[in-house]
Amino acid sequence: MIDIFLLMFLVIFSIYSIHTEDLLSSVIVLSAFSFVMTIVWTRLNAVDVAFTEAAVGAGVSTIIFLSALSRTKRGEEKRVTKKINIYNLFAALIVIFTGSVLVYGTIDMPAFGDIEAPAYNVLAPRFIIGSMAELGIKNFVTSILASYRGYDTLGETTVIFTAGVSVVALLRRKGGT
Amino acid sequence: MLDLILSKYNYWISILLMMIGLYGMIAKNNLIKKIIGMNIFQVSVFLFYISMGKVRDGTAPIHWDRALIYDNPIPHVLILTAIVVSISTTAVALALIIRIYKNFQSIEEDQILKVLAREENKTDS
Repeated sequence: MIDIFLLMFLVIFSIYSIHTEDLLSSVIVLSAFSFVMTIVWTRLNAVDVAFTEAAVGAGVSTIIFLSALSRTKRGEEKRVTKKINIYNLFAALIVIFTGSVLVYGTIDMPAFGDIEAPAYNVLAPRFIIGSMAELGIKNFVTSILASYRGYDTLGETTVIFTAGVSVVALLRRKGGT
Repeated sequence: MLDLILSKYNYWISILLMMIGLYGMIAKNNLIKKIIGMNIFQVSVFLFYISMGKVRDGTAPIHWDRALIYDNPIPHVLILTAIVVSISTTAVALALIIRIYKNFQSIEEDQILKVLAREENKTDS
């Protein structure tokens, strides 16, 4: 039951965050959204993801958004056009179409928490058994992240490096260091 | 019908979040609002993946003597990577927005397009 309430909170926060015209409150609500997401992930037993979300989603990303806001403008411009314009209607149509196609796709999916799901039965037992036997690491997520899929993590590090370099290149002042 | 709802509501809520984020990306005129929409979109995809990794009565994927069954650790690993990638894209996008604001004094898409069209007309004539 509590899960449904948390998920409802997520929906309300995201709608408010998109809808409000004050960008600062939008960013703060996005941070609260990330925090509720952390609780959802703890409820789903994804503790490592919850850690990362609390640090990165609720912490670092809010700071980045706030620093970007401090260099630009706080308010969203009031729309002077009429309330329902054709562009927004078209966007809503596209979004509803995409959503209904995805919902149609989930009807065939294995149920939530189904142990017969293909995602659980091919690779996961191999990693769960191998983690203790081959590596001696108690946390399976760590052993997959650092050992079985180590190249993936190397690629992730490359992505962070590239992003950092491009942010520095974009925000560098001319003639400065 | 109730069975279907109970077994799929996690997926459907993540799809609903995805729709909200996608609407923000398409319909909003403010560039920072678009990035907020993108963030919500990304988080909805993460929720979808983690929901797929959940197993009924499973414990957290950490070795425990009394554990009968563990949750699937692979989606957790993929999403750990994806969270870091999502923060990278957000940072680069916001840096681009700051540059755009320096050049155009605006973060509203239609105003920027207007300025761009005016400049194009100038170079044509």
